[in-house]
Amino acid sequence: MATGHEALPDAAAHAPNASEYIIHHLTHLTQTKQVALVDWSVFHLDTLLYSISIGLLAVFLMARAARKATSGVPGRFQAAVEYLVEMVESQAKGIIHSAESRKFVAPLALTVFVWIFLMNAMDLLPLDLIPNIWAWIYGKAGHDPSHAYMRVVPTADLNATLGMSLAVLLLCLYYNLKIKGVGGWMHELFTAPFGSHPLLYPINFAMQMIEFVAKTVSHGMRLFGNMYAGELIFMLIALMGAAWAGTAGSGLLWIGGVIAGTLWAIFHILIITLQAFIFMMLTLVYIGQAHESH
Amino acid sequence: MNLNATLFAQLVVFLILAWFTMKFVWPPIVKALDDRAKKITDGLAAADKAKTDLALAEKKVVDELRKARESAGEFRTSAEKQAGVIIDEARVEAARIITQAREAAEKEAGAAAQRAKETLRDHVAQLAVAGASQILRREINQQVHAELLANLKRELA
Repeated sequence: MATGHEALPDAAAHAPNASEYIIHHLTHLTQTKQVALVDWSVFHLDTLLYSISIGLLAVFLMARAARKATSGVPGRFQAAVEYLVEMVESQAKGIIHSAESRKFVAPLALTVFVWIFLMNAMDLLPLDLIPNIWAWIYGKAGHDPSHAYMRVVPTADLNATLGMSLAVLLLCLYYNLKIKGVGGWMHELFTAPFGSHPLLYPINFAMQMIEFVAKTVSHGMRLFGNMYAGELIFMLIALMGAAWAGTAGSGLLWIGGVIAGTLWAIFHILIITLQAFIFMMLTLVYIGQAHESH
Repeated sequence: MNLNATLFAQLVVFLILAWFTMKFVWPPIVKALDDRAKKITDGLAAADKAKTDLALAEKKVVDELRKARESAGEFRTSAEKQAGVIIDEARVEAARIITQAREAAEKEAGAAAQRAKETLRDHVAQLAVAGASQILRREINQQVHAELLANLKRELA
C-alpha cells in the first residue's frame, strides 16, 4: 500500500514541527495517493472503515433493543432507544404530513441522528490515540510510520458529509416525483417561486436549481465545517500542550493545554449533539419541502 | 480537501443503514410503544370501571343488608306469632286434657265409692242379718222377714 504525502520531510530524523503535525493529522489513509482535487478512483479507507463500522454498530445496537422490545416495563437501554424514536417521530410528524412517507423518512432521520452523533463522538477520543496505534502497526509491518495516516472522525471528511447530503438530495428528487408527478414537478420547477409567465420560466428554473445545489452543499458543508474546525482546534490545543517540552520553564503551556483541551472537549459534546440534530432536522425539512407544492 | 469515491460509498452506506433501520429497528420499537400506550389506556379504563363497580357493589351490599335485616325482623315477628298460637293451642289442649282426666277420675272415684258403699251395705246387712240371726236364731224366718230386711238395707243406703 503506497500512501502518503511526499511533501513531508523524513520524520524519522526529527520530531515533526507544528505544520507537519497538522498536515499529517489531516491526511487520509487512501489506497493510492490523490493528486487531483477530484479523483473518483480514490477511496478514503479510514473514513469508510470508521463510518461503516460505527453505522453497523449503531443499527445493530438499536436492532437488538428493537428485537427485545416489550410493551411491558422497558429496560434502560430499550427506554433510551424508545426515547430517541419518540423524539425523531414527533419531529417527523411535525414536518412531514404524509404517514406513508414517514414510514421510511422517520427511520432515516433516526439513522442519521444516531450515526452522525456517534461519528462526531469519535472527535472526543484522544487525538493521537488511534493514529499512534496505527503508526505502530504500520511500522511493525515494515513501512515508514511517519507515512501512517489515519483520521478517525468520518464527519470531518467532506466526502462523507456530502455523500449523506447527496443521498438526501436524491430522496428529495424521488419524493418530488412521487408526490407531485412528473408534470406537477415540472410545472413547479418553471413557475415557482416567481409565478407563471413565459418570461419568468428560465429565472424560476435557475432559482430552483440554485436552491437544490445550495441546500445540498450547505447541508453537507455545515456538518463537515463544524467537525473539521473542531478537530483542528483539538490539534492546536495538542500542539500548545506539546510546546512546553520544547521551551524550558514554560510548564504553564502544558497546564494551559490541559485546561483548554478539557474546556473544548466539554463544549464539543454540545457541538456534536447539536450538529447531529441539525443534520437530522434539515434532512426532515428538505424532504418535507419535497412534499409541499408551491 | 479532496473529493473522491468515498462520497458515493458513503451515500450508498447511508441508504442501506436507513433501510435497515426502517426494516428492523423502527417497527418493533414503535409497536412496543403503541402497545404500551394501549395497555395503559386499557388499564386506566379498567381502573375507572373497577371504581364504579366497587361503588355499585357497596351500594348493593348496603341494600342487601337492609333487606336481610327487614326479612329477619319479619321472620322473628311471624315466628313469635306462630309460637304464641302454638302455645295457646297447647294451653287449651292441656286444659281440655286436664278437665277430661279430672272428670274421668271423679267419675271413677264416684263409681268406686258407690261400689264400696254397696259392698259395705251388703256386708253390713249380712252382718246385721248374721248378728241378728245369731241373736234371734229361731225367731227370724228368712222368708217371713225378707221385707223387713229389704227395708233395713234401703235405710242403710
